[in-house]
Amino acid sequence: MRRTALHTKHCEAGAKMVPFAGWEMPLYYRDGATEEHRLVRRSAGLFDVSHMGTFEIAGKGSLDFLNRMITSGVHKTDVAMSGYGLLLNEQGNIIDDIFLYHTEEYLWTLVVNASNLEKDWDWLNSHRGDFDCTLTDVSEGTSLIAMQGPAVIACLEGLSGEDLSAWTRFGIKEFVLEGIPFRSGRTGYTGEDGVEIFVASEQAAALWNILLDQGGKQCEIGPCGLAARDSLRFEAGFPLYGHELNETVAPPEALLKWACDFESDFIGKSPVEELIKKGLTRKLVTFKLIDKGVAREDYEILSARGDLIGKVVSGLYAPTVDLYCGNGFVPVAFAKAGTEIGISVRGRIKKAEVVKRPLYRPAYR
Amino acid sequence: MLIKYAKSHEWAVKSGDLYLCGLSNYAQEKVGDIVFVELPEVGKTVKQGEPFGVIESVKAANDVYSPLNGEIVEANQKLEDEPELVNSSPLGEGWICKIKMSDSSFDNLMNEEEYKAFQEEQDD
Repeated sequence: MRRTALHTKHCEAGAKMVPFAGWEMPLYYRDGATEEHRLVRRSAGLFDVSHMGTFEIAGKGSLDFLNRMITSGVHKTDVAMSGYGLLLNEQGNIIDDIFLYHTEEYLWTLVVNASNLEKDWDWLNSHRGDFDCTLTDVSEGTSLIAMQGPAVIACLEGLSGEDLSAWTRFGIKEFVLEGIPFRSGRTGYTGEDGVEIFVASEQAAALWNILLDQGGKQCEIGPCGLAARDSLRFEAGFPLYGHELNETVAPPEALLKWACDFESDFIGKSPVEELIKKGLTRKLVTFKLIDKGVAREDYEILSARGDLIGKVVSGLYAPTVDLYCGNGFVPVAFAKAGTEIGISVRGRIKKAEVVKRPLYRPAYR
Repeated sequence: MLIKYAKSHEWAVKSGDLYLCGLSNYAQEKVGDIVFVELPEVGKTVKQGEPFGVIESVKAANDVYSPLNGEIVEANQKLEDEPELVNSSPLGEGWICKIKMSDSSFDNLMNEEEYKAFQEEQDD
């Protein structure tokens, strides 16, 4: 099991550590996942996401290469900006969902899911061919810290003494705090404003301390684990690879058509276009349970008549909206908000209803 | 009042003619935030050591086992809206059900001291 540079910090803070994608990661700390979720919605939370992979793509051919590999029309991402995109296979299904930072004119930083790191690495390398660019896996030396919540930007202003009012969503900015340099994107996965930080691994623990201790003088802030990260992203309607996304799911089925720029020539474009033309047969939906209970992954989704129509891919209690809810793929005939469905919870059918997404509208929109 | 514990981490304590049952403090700490409790069915005959309810934590569903042989007489309806009471007050307001014991199965349970030793064994 691999450990991040912040492992000792988590243990000291009383985290419950669990295996995740080959890493030992904090699931929650002393106050528990629900309180961490609420802390991020009301003020600020700090997440260690160093398990995620970081690749650098450099060289004059990097733009053309990335435009071929990533769905989102990478050429539209200016220097010092970032964006969400997908890697698709030739069948138009999702290999991974990624975040791409345009660091310098000929330098891009790609953040991939921990569980897909090797797969993505091999996929990208096998397509690099004649593109004039290099690909480097810098995951080992790079730690990733997400600082999320409505108080984060003001807190960073206090810590850095800088006016951050011109810093837009998805923009990249360099900081130095107490001699520690780090890059950060105004991005996140919680539905709150905030930043995602790249810092050299040997300085990660020191920065973590500064953000909690000095940051704690600016605003209420605390460490948060993977459980809160999951419930926060769920409410905001963000997909999690291995749940809403996998290699049998095409972007429109997962409601990610918006992440595809059909004017670009990305791998997997034609099958996705064909699917859209032909019409979808199934679609991702969010549901809420009317009979209380927790829908877990792989539980069956039934029509009101009792026919099996799909399976749950994510399910939980969502603290901010105070709902027992989940996501699943169902035939499009059942995808409309208001549709009555059933979830089979350990042999008992619980009444549920398809609801409008997202449950929680990101505060920065 | 004598409290006794099952190896599956439920407690039972005599209360009038009935036994009050719940989840131990040790177990609630282990499972983390409890978000839903599927209560035992009132009127149901239960057997010591057999599952009679479910505690859903943030990440998993955990069976709860009957600490006694007998019949469920009452379930703590308050947990339907406030499952977190099992975390905040596992031996008090977070009780799960009342059982009418049909035999002397209470005697099979561990006393406080034995349960403490058992926990230490579990943590090793």
